[in-house]
Amino acid sequence: MNGFDFDVIDRSLGYLFQDGMMFTLKLTLLSATGGLILGTLLALCRLSKIPLLSTVAGTYVNLLRALPLILVIFWFYFLVPYIGAWLTGASRPVSVGGFTSALITFTLFEAAYYCEIMRSGILSVPQSQTAAAKALGLNRVQVLCSVVLPQAFRNMAPVLLTQTIVLFQDTSLVYVLSLTDFLGAAVKVAQRDGRLLEMYVFAAVVYFVICYCASQLVRYLQRRTAVSR
Amino acid sequence: MIELKNVSKWYGTTQVLNDCSTTVSNGEVVVICGPSGSGKSTLIKVVNGLEPFQKGEVWVDGVSVGDPKTDLTKLRSRIGMVFQSFELFPHLSVMRNLIIAQMKVLKRSEDEAVSRAESLLDRVGLLAHKSKYPGQLSGGQQQRVAIARALAMDPLAMLFDEPTSALDPEMVNEVLDVMVDLAKEGMTMMVVTHEMGFARKVADRVIFMDVGKIVEDCSKQEFFEDMSARSERAQHFLSKILSY
Repeated sequence: MNGFDFDVIDRSLGYLFQDGMMFTLKLTLLSATGGLILGTLLALCRLSKIPLLSTVAGTYVNLLRALPLILVIFWFYFLVPYIGAWLTGASRPVSVGGFTSALITFTLFEAAYYCEIMRSGILSVPQSQTAAAKALGLNRVQVLCSVVLPQAFRNMAPVLLTQTIVLFQDTSLVYVLSLTDFLGAAVKVAQRDGRLLEMYVFAAVVYFVICYCASQLVRYLQRRTAVSR
Repeated sequence: MIELKNVSKWYGTTQVLNDCSTTVSNGEVVVICGPSGSGKSTLIKVVNGLEPFQKGEVWVDGVSVGDPKTDLTKLRSRIGMVFQSFELFPHLSVMRNLIIAQMKVLKRSEDEAVSRAESLLDRVGLLAHKSKYPGQLSGGQQQRVAIARALAMDPLAMLFDEPTSALDPEMVNEVLDVMVDLAKEGMTMMVVTHEMGFARKVADRVIFMDVGKIVEDCSKQEFFEDMSARSERAQHFLSKILSY
């Protein structure tokens, strides 16, 4: 490996992980949580018997799923300050910062995907379970929160996690907003020290290890949820 | 206790209940039988409002089920129901299955709910399984848990929708035993079943249904002893299910 200098990794570990990876994980976890909550609400709206609710939710999901993520990132980056101004009544666009903008974008974007997963999750819970819960005297909210949604999450856990792994990888797109996530940090170090190849290899290995471990967890979950019925 | 007056129900244009009237008094055990698709299950689901109906009246303990002002969740909490496919909640342990509605609907404290659940599990012989999940139990055990879950709500009456139809033959009796005990204790019961042995043993009355109509509604003695007085349809049905 003459000419390669992998020491650059050792020298920049703190920056790469404490700054870069922390940012990536924070963005992934926050937008996954927000996206899952919003996605579940959207799924309930899509399945609602009220035509207005299901149409609005359906349009939202179909629209966002038809747009490239990078376009949505740009779009929100420029749009959010104006929405902020409109909401607060300020006369000038409200600067929200790159992270907030990215967080809002990923949450809204992922919600569309989580929605479809949760919708099939909810549909996978037999109607008879709802009937049994109702027969015990539980009201609609209790039936949903204690019986239907827990089973829907459980049935869909592998797919939800897989989607979250995709989200984890997609967060690297924040480089277009000049934010420094893990990949961004690696690129900066690479350019500063002139060690492009080493850093790109290292970044690839880190992404691979994390995603591979997560997908093994998905496989484990799949096996566990398969037995429980 | 339970009164149905001229109840009719349609799914679209298909009529599934046709002018059904009957009364179940306090402590009475009524067995409902009939060919599949005759509306037996629908008839008992009308009683706790799980199935809406279009015509007629249903009264449970002085409350009109069809009245839009009636609080159906409150009514349902007072009527126990047991399903053909058990419908225990698979994501909850046996104990949680028994206490969830006690705590959320009857607002009992966890201690109170647990002690009620334990005494009922003991009664159906499953106290040792309280920490297990439904998937770890046999069908017969699951159905006994389901009965205990319904009883935990201290219901005024119990509805059984083919409680033994989904069970392996050797598990039918353990469930029927629990039901027989319940009947002997004076529980008001409406039981959709083809278990004529159970009907003979504890039923006060037998209702026979066909194509959405109550064809026969008579005492157990009348129903089983003087078969020739029964309608042709009922005789035909009984000859088929009693021949083996």
